[in-house]
Amino acid sequence: MTEPVLDVQDLHLAFGALKATDGVSLTLRRGEIHALIGPNGAGKSTLIGLIAGTLRPDAGQVRLNGRDVTGLDAAARARAGLARTFQVTTLAPELTVLQNAMLAVAGASGAPYRFLRPALSDPALVERASGYVARVGLAGRRAVRAGDLAHGERRRLDLAMALALAPRAFVLDEPMAGMGPDGAREMTVLLDLLKREAPILLVEHDMDAVFRLADRISVLVSGRIIASGPVEAVRADKEVQRAYLGEERLA
Amino acid sequence: MRREPLLNALILLALLAVPLAAQALDEPFLVTLATKAAILALAGVGLNLALGLGGMVSLGHAAFFGIGGYAMAVLAAPVQAYEPLMTWPMDLPGTKSMPAIWLAAMAAGALAALVIGALSLRTGGVYFIMITLAFAQMLYYFAVSWPAYGGEDGISIYVRNGFPGLDTLDPLQFFGLCLGVLLLALGAMHLIARSRFGLALDGARQNPERVAALGLRPARLKLIAFVVSGAVTALAGALFADLNRFVSPSMLHWQTSGEIMVFVILGGAGRLFGPVAGAAIFVLLEHLLGGISDYWKLFLGLALLGIVLFARGGLIGALAGRAVAHD
Amino acid sequence: MSAMLLIEQALNGLQYGIMLFLMAAGLTLVFGVMGLINLAHGSLYMLGAFACAAVAAATGSFWLGLVASLAAAAAAGALIELSVIRRLYARDHLDQVLATFALILILSEGTRWLFGSFPLYLDIPAALSGPVRLPGGIDYPLYRLALIGFGLAVAAGLFLLIGRTRLGIRIRAGEADREMIAALGVDISRLYTLVFALGAALAGLAGALVGALQSVQVGMGEPVLILAFVVIVIGGIGSIRGALFGALLVGMTDTLGRALLPVAFATVLPPAEAGSVGAALASMLIYILMAGVLVIRPGGLFGRA
Repeated sequence: MTEPVLDVQDLHLAFGALKATDGVSLTLRRGEIHALIGPNGAGKSTLIGLIAGTLRPDAGQVRLNGRDVTGLDAAARARAGLARTFQVTTLAPELTVLQNAMLAVAGASGAPYRFLRPALSDPALVERASGYVARVGLAGRRAVRAGDLAHGERRRLDLAMALALAPRAFVLDEPMAGMGPDGAREMTVLLDLLKREAPILLVEHDMDAVFRLADRISVLVSGRIIASGPVEAVRADKEVQRAYLGEERLA
Repeated sequence: MRREPLLNALILLALLAVPLAAQALDEPFLVTLATKAAILALAGVGLNLALGLGGMVSLGHAAFFGIGGYAMAVLAAPVQAYEPLMTWPMDLPGTKSMPAIWLAAMAAGALAALVIGALSLRTGGVYFIMITLAFAQMLYYFAVSWPAYGGEDGISIYVRNGFPGLDTLDPLQFFGLCLGVLLLALGAMHLIARSRFGLALDGARQNPERVAALGLRPARLKLIAFVVSGAVTALAGALFADLNRFVSPSMLHWQTSGEIMVFVILGGAGRLFGPVAGAAIFVLLEHLLGGISDYWKLFLGLALLGIVLFARGGLIGALAGRAVAHD
Repeated sequence: MSAMLLIEQALNGLQYGIMLFLMAAGLTLVFGVMGLINLAHGSLYMLGAFACAAVAAATGSFWLGLVASLAAAAAAGALIELSVIRRLYARDHLDQVLATFALILILSEGTRWLFGSFPLYLDIPAALSGPVRLPGGIDYPLYRLALIGFGLAVAAGLFLLIGRTRLGIRIRAGEADREMIAALGVDISRLYTLVFALGAALAGLAGALVGALQSVQVGMGEPVLILAFVVIVIGGIGSIRGALFGALLVGMTDTLGRALLPVAFATVLPPAEAGSVGAALASMLIYILMAGVLVIRPGGLFGRA
């Protein structure tokens, strides 16, 4: 078997007495969607922070394409090929859709320190950015300020910006959150598109989507992974049902 | 639709027309006023890069303004005293040449901005305001207590420094020189705002977390902008010192920091010509109100308060409408 | 330098630090509860000093002047909060800086208009004038000693107020979570006015107390304001304990630096140069201290992380 694209080994992080991440290991292999589910407060956001580099682990390792990136910050990990989206979609609200995408292209090309050459009218940059905007279906909204977009459109722009990094792996933080049934269906199509570019670590609350999309599922409870494997196996796992699915049904 | 470029052209035309008319009417004082407006505008252009595009609320730009002024004095004072600038580690004479002085002023301003910026950017938000203010105050006290350049009294440079091919003692020529520098700086800012760096900086101001996730370092982008900003304001300081032929710690005073910020906001933060409009209004108000009342700053304060509370976006914002993202 | 002189300077530093605390406490409280940066805090300090000087001159009583300084600063604070500051809570820091900078211009020029440009002088009350002999044979000005005691008492009162009273509980709740205190049924706008007036009163009190040591003049507040900012950066914003610690550290460092550095340089430099180098460096010392804290703990010594 080939080496996993993303390899998380025995990550630990405690905030005081709270063990937010307590020995988590997981892998993301080429071509798959690996879903990470867990009840609220399970430590999903902390784990994403550790993987994306906004948080530093107390112990453990994050490897991307065989390279140890544990010591790198978020920007360096993005350049190393890790594209993340945010739970609360965050963009530069005063820039247009196209400009947000151009920002991503400029970031990916690693040459932000060009001071005098115009970027906004650089045909190569505009063309590449337009391509990504079109792929998520926002071609008609290029000139709209990101702050004026509808919720679902922001999510799509967020994905376009992740795509623009031409990453080795995607880490998506609850892309379905706040989408209606139509939106969730659209998003499913988009995730399929993303999956063709690079494997996806999908952190998601929407169970239906997870069971429909994921190749593998890991279940995070209280900072630990209590089950991991193919969809059917995890769905059938007694401990998972007790710890998570049961609670969902009660709630 | 696009009223801002038209407005910018009008502002520029006014700045050009006033001194020419003044010259024709034999009112040299008005030429000096216009020169002062152009120089203060340049100081504001520097701050505007940090404040408007980078979102860094620096209340310490008097530090760079004063450093530029003192750079001029340090280089020019030895010449009028017939002394060398230094004899160790090498013999170096002073200079009365503006281009050399400008380079030194910008280098000194950039270096100071690098140190102050690197320390201030370790935190953000309200800390940044307090820390930049505090470091400027430190330089103020240093200038007051360091006797070599006149301490609290400052130092006079009796003859204005020279620029190749120009008679800088002629008010109109010196005005033209200052206006030329201002236009160059505005041109550079226009390009920077539209460059990859400007785009990245704009993004870093609006959403640093997202920008970091795109592989860019918000703190480094901001630090670079802060350094450029400090250098431009230092250049303005060198010109201001040459205008007055005098440098004193008042250039480093906290109130100077506040006033530079007022130029930017009065005109409209983030607008290319905002500082130009703001500085022109400030100089005009100072001249008109200052002639009527000794307490003209009371009215300036009331006007500023009114603008902040009720007319956000400054003058250009009020006249040209909401900022459109550059296309 | 003799040990006696050193003790005297240390007491001066303590007195200076305590007065800085009165300034910094109000600033940090207002920031902690309302998230507001108030540049005009120095103007309230100045107002307190002018009120005290004017009333003391009219009545001949320093104590009436002190009461007047508290009342005037608190009233001015409440008025400013009601008319201007409350429009700024939802604004960004830039708007707060500009509006309160405008307030400085208005209050400074307004005071100059009323009282003129010449400094006023405020006499130390007779009961507190003259020196007092401390154990060890040091003669120390009684008034400065009284300032230390009085300032410490005010600091203790402030800690009790915040730690033990209902108002204090609301203030702390406001720092932790603005929506929560609304949910508790506390009238937030009244709480905000009260906190702002309290901070103003502390600043006015400090201005009056220090005014008797220095001259009372327009522009006296801003240098103290900037020092109070240094105190807050060192102590950590929003922390009263940090403000106390930072204020004492700044007061001591500044006073002792000014006394000791020229002497220290005199051991390696000729006297004239040692004086100017020492004085110049001493004037920068607290800012260097602040830079050091920023490198080691960017959030301040008592700040959150």
